[in-house]
Amino acid sequence: MAAPMKATVTVTLKNGVLDPQGRAIESALKGLGFEGVGDVRAGKIIELELADGTSRETVEAMARQLLANTVIENFRIEMP
Amino acid sequence: MKAAVIVFPGSNCDRDLADAITKVTGTAPQMVWHAETSLPEGLDFIGIPGGFSYGDYLRSGAMAARSPVMQAVVQAAGEGRTVLGICNGFQVLTETGLLPGALMRNAGLNFVCREVRLEVVNSQSIFTSRYAAGETVTIPVAHHDGNYFADEDTLNRLEGEGRVAFRYAEPVNGSARAIAGILNDAGNVLGMMPHPERLIEDPQGGTDGRRMFEAVQAALG
Repeated sequence: MAAPMKATVTVTLKNGVLDPQGRAIESALKGLGFEGVGDVRAGKIIELELADGTSRETVEAMARQLLANTVIENFRIEMP
Repeated sequence: MKAAVIVFPGSNCDRDLADAITKVTGTAPQMVWHAETSLPEGLDFIGIPGGFSYGDYLRSGAMAARSPVMQAVVQAAGEGRTVLGICNGFQVLTETGLLPGALMRNAGLNFVCREVRLEVVNSQSIFTSRYAAGETVTIPVAHHDGNYFADEDTLNRLEGEGRVAFRYAEPVNGSARAIAGILNDAGNVLGMMPHPERLIEDPQGGTDGRRMFEAVQAALG
């Protein structure tokens, strides 16, 4: 049996929305002595196993209705 | 006044909220489980309690906002019934779209659990009529994601329309314009991060929260 179709949805905070976790990571990296670290943004990746033939539009609807809060977040979909 | 308190898996202030309603109104609210698809008949008031509904999975309030009972709450709010969301309840209300904006991780990254001073901004609402505009009250907060965010247009609209109910009178969580609680455009829905249900009688350390429930009861009978 073929592997199921997979989609990856990457959710990140919009530009202009303060990302306190990103800031903390940035500060910790600098504390560890890594130089040249600029702005750091933290997000999340959601992997979905989907029935063959599921459309990109359907995954977009999933992202809009639940996976991302479009008031503060952007999303990006990768799928075959 | 016929009241209900919604209970999600992970709610932990539902009994405090029910207790506050009972002590102030003399009648216990009905507790409504998240999987219900309808609300009890003839409700005047719906409370959405604090806690960590669905473990805060995905985002605080995100899963609860899509639960069956919340579809009924959104409908009831649209019919003009009074809805109060406290802490996680506020997060749930923004996730449903009943209130604008979003509650993000506290700017200092810490869970903030202490009494804070609030300025009453709007004393004309169903919820705040027992306070005076400009009055400072002290009410506890206990949250990790209370940093209110909305775009500039939305913030201007909220302020212009008198929909900011409470502001923090001290630094707490980085909220835009120090917003601690907001009303919907019709004025029948209030979301706030502080916990008025925790200050109902003197042994709890004060009664600044009690007046909110007295105001709601006075308005709804």
